[in-house]
Amino acid sequence: MHYNMMIIGAGVTGCALARVLSRYEGSLAVLDRGYDVAEGASKANSGIVHAGFDAKPGTLKAKLNVRGANMFPGLCEELGVPYSQPGALVIGFDEEDRRTLLNLVEQGVQNGVEVRLLERDQVLELEPNTNPAVECALYAPTSGLTSPYELTFALADHAAVNGAEFLLGEEVASVARTGGLWQVTTDKNIYTCEILVNCAGISSAKIHNMMSDDKKTVIPRRGQYYLMDRMANLPFHMTMFQCPTKMGKGVLVSPTVHGNLLLGPSAEDIPDEKDVSTTAEGLAFVMDKCRLTWPQATIRGAITNFSGIRAHEQDGDFIIGKVAENAYETVGIESPGLSSAPAIAEMLGAQIAAEQNLQAKGEIVPAPKRSKPFSHMTDAERAKAVAENPLYGNLVCRCEVVTEAEIREAIRRPVGATTVDGVKRRTRSGMGRCQGGFCSPRVMEILAEELGIPMTEVTKCGGESYLLSGRVGEKEEQK
Amino acid sequence: MEIICINCPVGCRLKVKVEGGEVKEVAGNACKRGDTYARQECVAPMRMVTAVIPVEGSRTPLSVKTAAPIPKHLLLDCMEALAGIKLKAPISAKSVILRDVLGTGVDIIATKSVKIDL
Amino acid sequence: MNVDVLVIGAGPAGLAAAIAAKEDGIHNLLVLERESAPGGILKQCIHNGFGLHRFGEELTGPEYAQKDIDRAEELGITIQCDTTVLSVSEDKVVTCVSREHGFQEIHAKAIVLAMGCRERPRGALGTPGTRCAGIYSAGTAQKLVNLMGYMPGKRCVILGSGDIGLIMARRMTLQGAKVLACVELMPYSSGLNRNIVQCLEDYDIPLYLSHTVVDIHGKEKLTGVTVAQVDANRKPVPGTEMEFDCDTLLLSVGLIPENELSVGAGVNLSAVTSGAEVDDTLQTNVPGIFACGNVLHVHDLVDHVSNESFKAGLSAAQFAKGEFAVGETVAVLDGQGVRGVVPQRICAGAGRAVELMFRPAGVYRNAVCVVKCGDNIVARKKAPIFTPGEMVVVKLPEDVVAGLSGDLTVSVEGGQ
Repeated sequence: MHYNMMIIGAGVTGCALARVLSRYEGSLAVLDRGYDVAEGASKANSGIVHAGFDAKPGTLKAKLNVRGANMFPGLCEELGVPYSQPGALVIGFDEEDRRTLLNLVEQGVQNGVEVRLLERDQVLELEPNTNPAVECALYAPTSGLTSPYELTFALADHAAVNGAEFLLGEEVASVARTGGLWQVTTDKNIYTCEILVNCAGISSAKIHNMMSDDKKTVIPRRGQYYLMDRMANLPFHMTMFQCPTKMGKGVLVSPTVHGNLLLGPSAEDIPDEKDVSTTAEGLAFVMDKCRLTWPQATIRGAITNFSGIRAHEQDGDFIIGKVAENAYETVGIESPGLSSAPAIAEMLGAQIAAEQNLQAKGEIVPAPKRSKPFSHMTDAERAKAVAENPLYGNLVCRCEVVTEAEIREAIRRPVGATTVDGVKRRTRSGMGRCQGGFCSPRVMEILAEELGIPMTEVTKCGGESYLLSGRVGEKEEQK
Repeated sequence: MEIICINCPVGCRLKVKVEGGEVKEVAGNACKRGDTYARQECVAPMRMVTAVIPVEGSRTPLSVKTAAPIPKHLLLDCMEALAGIKLKAPISAKSVILRDVLGTGVDIIATKSVKIDL
Repeated sequence: MNVDVLVIGAGPAGLAAAIAAKEDGIHNLLVLERESAPGGILKQCIHNGFGLHRFGEELTGPEYAQKDIDRAEELGITIQCDTTVLSVSEDKVVTCVSREHGFQEIHAKAIVLAMGCRERPRGALGTPGTRCAGIYSAGTAQKLVNLMGYMPGKRCVILGSGDIGLIMARRMTLQGAKVLACVELMPYSSGLNRNIVQCLEDYDIPLYLSHTVVDIHGKEKLTGVTVAQVDANRKPVPGTEMEFDCDTLLLSVGLIPENELSVGAGVNLSAVTSGAEVDDTLQTNVPGIFACGNVLHVHDLVDHVSNESFKAGLSAAQFAKGEFAVGETVAVLDGQGVRGVVPQRICAGAGRAVELMFRPAGVYRNAVCVVKCGDNIVARKKAPIFTPGEMVVVKLPEDVVAGLSGDLTVSVEGGQ
């Protein structure tokens, strides 16, 4: 199989770049070992659109974070992705923290970000549930929230309607230069392409090292989180960071864009880049640390815990650009990678287009219109929706108020859900307090119907993750 | 032998002396019900069996039960006997699905109705 | 649409409430049910053991439900299925949605909340490990097997020894799976002895008390779990780990009344039961909104649910007819060894007999439950044992209720 352009990695960076490159002539494919897009760090991070005070002035991280954060409101509006801008506080408890925060304020100013220092009373007025021992805080009003996987799905959909193909569930075994082309060998197929881009996240150093003699190392850094149930009055409205100290970066307590509360992450360098398990120690660390911000924190109200793996490159900054002839890369895209993704795609897309003389397409298909979630509709909108499509009348997920119409739509999207987790991340069915206890059997039935497969072939997240072992009364040997 | 009495949450540990297939003595019971239970359970334990059986033409399987308890040692044989049954919708509740299962004199009966919906 | 009494949920609680309301002369009555058939969770409880108190025989879940469904049909009660309630307001306006009827707004004179409960998921336990396929709450697995006809797996470990977990151990075994262990965090099982014997011992399934699952393995599909002993503080004891090679983990770790709609209506919930706070008419703090069944507090026996719900239905009917009055109430408080007495208030002036129900906070042997009004003991109940798995019911006769002069405290005294 041959494509003009191939992107390895269907995370937020790869999909953002695919969306940019899909505006140029030429065939384009995005390859990922996950069975869905956003299966790596993009599905399991804090979902913060950082304001941009945190990165060292002059670095790519600083430049792209600030640019990316500025692009976010418009991009999310265009793609129909949730975004909000509640602001953030970085809280400090003593004079040393104050010095650190003042440096961060200075850095923020240099990066062109609106930041200022608040004193204890102002902090407690803004966020009354903050640990009363707080001394001062950096306030960044432009800090935002998004849903990282929903953004990735929307970017992928937009790329797909403009011709990008998504090759999912294939792991790259090798990348080599043959006959003036790049040859990408996966566990299932062999592809060739003229232009190759490495956006492989946690595996980006591995792919880099297949193309370059200048070896890079990306350390898998695992972060564990607790997700708390939605509640009428969240204890915090802003993202609450802790002041970085010699003891580490601290953990955040933050609302999510969907009204849950997120606690975490831990930071552990681990040997296995695919090990997204949580551990008793890691979760205890998160709970313990977050009490510095929120002394009342308890596991009561937790609905799930998860971990994500950040691609930490040893030298610290993003590595973006050309790596070899007709080959480009984004390596070490850790925080603020989500915030920077639109800007990374914009910058690298422009470089590729210029160097490779890509021809802009005459017509670009606009992003597919996303229906408003039923859970967000007014009564009048709900009445209209169900009158037009009776499947809005079948409520499947009671915790998050998701209807059959939305689940079927999620499966039929350009890059549609093929698994129960895929439905969950696209619709929120199963994201709520019962964690799919009630809705998952029905979601499995709908998936089986839409995909034309038997129930026993429905998976949680692709691969071997089958949810059922067989029919009741079925003999072992008949299977 | 020692068994746990199931009649109430106390869960008395009943010490039962069995000789020649006959209960000679029950000890450890706090009430009369324990004695009665031990005499039955140690000589001829009986169990109700409930199960689900797939039904051709129905999305949902049929739930069934033994009309009365059957000897405990026949539990798995009973499931085996049910596994061989081929059923077709519709079936109404209380209908006999299998007569005299394993020669026990006990019928297997439907505990719900299933209609044709496939 | 206007109705006199609206019942939310057509499980055993909703059915009983509707039957009682109809029998009391309420004809403009509507029951809303989110599933495609009435019966609630009983539909999937195909084992027997239901109805001994109410019908004097042991029925399976579907059989018990059918008796109420038949009675409701006989009375001409309208049960609108496939309909999910979206909101309930304090002034008793309910919005709901269904494929057949679209979006509806229903104004009710009285509402009975009978939405039941949900299962506590893994996340609420904070169990670490991977998030692979093969982990189900026991009730979800029960639905898959008994209603949909699918097996979740072949080798199974069960966490939690509540009755649903025990029942599922037997069901999985009978339907051909291998159940390796049932693991219980507490030093005692909250399930009935009958179920320990007939669901575990009959099939040689080991029960590990004071143990829990400390790790979950498997990248895509569950490959195993690590089980460890816990100390008196329920913390895992290092060095006691055991590995089980399984493809299914069923969780039976507690039920939570499902009260999101109630909260939206301004109903006050008890922090102990997670259900509404009610008086002995089953009325919540919102006039005309009543609650019964597992949405009020998690019951052990469906017979109790039905009895409670008959009362709620009758109260709702009287409210709708304008024949309902609540006088001064006294509070019923949890004392030592008692968790979540229902009702939380009693209308002493009405002089109705009242049944107090609660779950003991632990296991008490040779125990006595004492109900005190000030220093006066107004009721006592002795039992050889009280356990958290079994609801304790204490009856206060009419004359006692009529004579109440102040708040009541219910406590359990006995050997732990």
